[in-house]
Amino acid sequence: MDIYRAHVLVCGGTGCTSSGSATLIERFNEKIKENGLDKEVKVIRTGCFGLCEAGPVVIVYPEGTFYSRVKPENVDEIVTEHLLKGRKVEHLVYTDHATHEQNASKSLEDIGFYKHQMRVALRNCGVIDPENIDEYLAMDGYKALEKVLTKMTREEVIDEVLKSGLRGRGGGGFPTGLKWKFTYNSVADQKYVACNADEGDPGAFMDRSILEGDPHAIIEAMAIAGYAIGASEGYIYVRAEYPIAVKRLTIAAAQAREYGLLGKNIFGTDFCFDINIRLGAGAFVCGEETALMHSIEGKRGEPTTRPPFPAVRGLFGKPTMLNNVETYANIPQIILKGAAWFSSIGTEKSKGTKVFALGGKINNTGLVEVPMGTTLRTIIYDVGGGCPNGKKFKAVQTGGPSGGCLPESLLDTPVDYDNLIAAGSMMGSGGMIVMDEDNCMVDIARFYLDFIVDESCGKCTPCRVGTKRMLEILNRIVAGKGKEGDIEKLEELAKTIKATALCGLGQTAPNPVLSTLKFFRDEYEAHIKEKRCPAHHCKALLQYHITDKCRGCTACARVCPAQAISGEIKQMHVIDQDKCLKCGACMEKCRFGAIIKK
Amino acid sequence: MDQSKEKFAQLQELIDSLKNQPGALMPVLQGAQGIFGCVSEDVQKFIAEGLGVTLSEVYGVATFYAQFSLHPKGKYLISVCLGTACYVKGSQTILDKLSEVLEIPVGGTTPDGKFTLEATRCLGACGLAPVMMINGEVYGRLTPDVIPGIIEKYRAKED
Repeated sequence: MDIYRAHVLVCGGTGCTSSGSATLIERFNEKIKENGLDKEVKVIRTGCFGLCEAGPVVIVYPEGTFYSRVKPENVDEIVTEHLLKGRKVEHLVYTDHATHEQNASKSLEDIGFYKHQMRVALRNCGVIDPENIDEYLAMDGYKALEKVLTKMTREEVIDEVLKSGLRGRGGGGFPTGLKWKFTYNSVADQKYVACNADEGDPGAFMDRSILEGDPHAIIEAMAIAGYAIGASEGYIYVRAEYPIAVKRLTIAAAQAREYGLLGKNIFGTDFCFDINIRLGAGAFVCGEETALMHSIEGKRGEPTTRPPFPAVRGLFGKPTMLNNVETYANIPQIILKGAAWFSSIGTEKSKGTKVFALGGKINNTGLVEVPMGTTLRTIIYDVGGGCPNGKKFKAVQTGGPSGGCLPESLLDTPVDYDNLIAAGSMMGSGGMIVMDEDNCMVDIARFYLDFIVDESCGKCTPCRVGTKRMLEILNRIVAGKGKEGDIEKLEELAKTIKATALCGLGQTAPNPVLSTLKFFRDEYEAHIKEKRCPAHHCKALLQYHITDKCRGCTACARVCPAQAISGEIKQMHVIDQDKCLKCGACMEKCRFGAIIKK
Repeated sequence: MDQSKEKFAQLQELIDSLKNQPGALMPVLQGAQGIFGCVSEDVQKFIAEGLGVTLSEVYGVATFYAQFSLHPKGKYLISVCLGTACYVKGSQTILDKLSEVLEIPVGGTTPDGKFTLEATRCLGACGLAPVMMINGEVYGRLTPDVIPGIIEKYRAKED
């Protein structure tokens, strides 16, 4: 293997790829060659670094200099200054939002965003080249598989996973070891291991980042699971909307086959295992386990009633063990470091770490992994850097369309499965969306319901018809046509749907409405009784007004598409409320902050 | 006509290669969507015959998943992300603006066949929210006022 004096790590996650990291890599390679450094410096495209907000991100080792928002034209400077002359390019170094400090001389761990994190599932993301199996092997890759195949019985493997306390990271939080044990206990000529990579929650990208950054970890874990439960075949069901993840998984599987880590007689034992990759086709309900398996079978992805549970009768009618991506990503570490190590992290009933996708009105948008039991406040303020533009925090949404919105007063809740449910939300797969004072909570509830109505498979009536009725009521409320009794009707429908829907999608669909009703009932009431949107978000309920800050520059009148603004030059202007379309163009244009929303 | 013959030959090849694996219908439909740009009735019939399943089964699957469309899409597919992170940062206003500029509803295609406007689920570029994608190219940190300029760029592109 060649030795290099410096490594340039360029993030190849979806966020950074979208903002042009592929061009950066080309440019780096070109410039490094031009300067005759190609024998000394190596450019590596890694998985997600997590701090998507600062993307595209480049880290130069051995110093660990963290460059953010790098543009192609900055590459030349980094090469000629940093790589050639050893001088860091100060003006490109990442500035911490919270402390306004640059980390030119500090290491990554000192950046607020990384300080509170603990990377288990994400340990290789942003560290290795996901398309190179040798780099995974160098990070103890496939050692856990070797250990179970050569030194452990199947029962010992299951016992280790049980003792670790690992719970399903897809959202439900079912003890993983128990699932393995149930499937192990089923007797059949063929069993399957499956991986749920149909990450559908809007605003969640944890699983995608793991697949993109460390695909071998999933393949290794599935092989371990296959050995434990007695399956020779595995299926990964991954969203078609994740092209980079699909590509890297495919490459990883081919490399593993080439190295004899998938296929026949792995590590010289009689254990044989291989995986199939199947693509989803854009149906949220396929994240539900029975629906997912129907989809792999090539059918409509509609859920069926349980029991029988997949552990008894799953894919193609055979016992099947289905785990989520992040759950699998923990397995090799548990095998190598032991259940005792894993269960020493986290809270009493939720062990280990959890990955969250931080998004919305937050400074450090990105991917974070923290020990279970970290408070929401630490995640949002210390890691996430709080709300941008000095806006006031209003709520944090966890658990996607199945979860809920939690207010400021609950920010000191330590995050684990049970606490979040007690607080009125749920862990979900790990999306965490922050909302500020400008977000209307009624509209957010409406947004989730709209999503559910769109994604409901239509098989059972409570979900198909009930959520539609709820959406109609919410649409009415945000349009300023809410009636007395609407809130009660919403609550009644929610209760009925929760109790009677067929699958998890329907049973949890009313949660965003219930949680916003619980914590932000005053906003609903303001919409219905006072025809007012406290966040000034709902168009039908707001008016634009010009205040006496107006200098009469006429900019607003010129930009108004409806000619609703009148006034003499250098005189205060007025908006004709009947003509106003509420497009907000005037407010954007005004340089004096004279236009306000009421 | 020759072009369509070629496409059907390609589809036949795909069917032959996947026919014997369990659950082949989904990958075949995904292939067909890529080859033809949509799965029209002809294509569905062809698949039903090729895989030995009923047309109703093919239709049932094709209409269940958002990825399959029964009608051809525009030359430029505009997908506006309506994931939560984008939504709270105002992607609805981006979608409304596009609808206004293109004079088509969400899900519609312009009469000249140039643009299709779609709302899509989370694209995962939450750090760039609000985001839209035009034929794979991502536009991030959007505001409504930059939309007309972007569309104009594509309108000006000659075939």
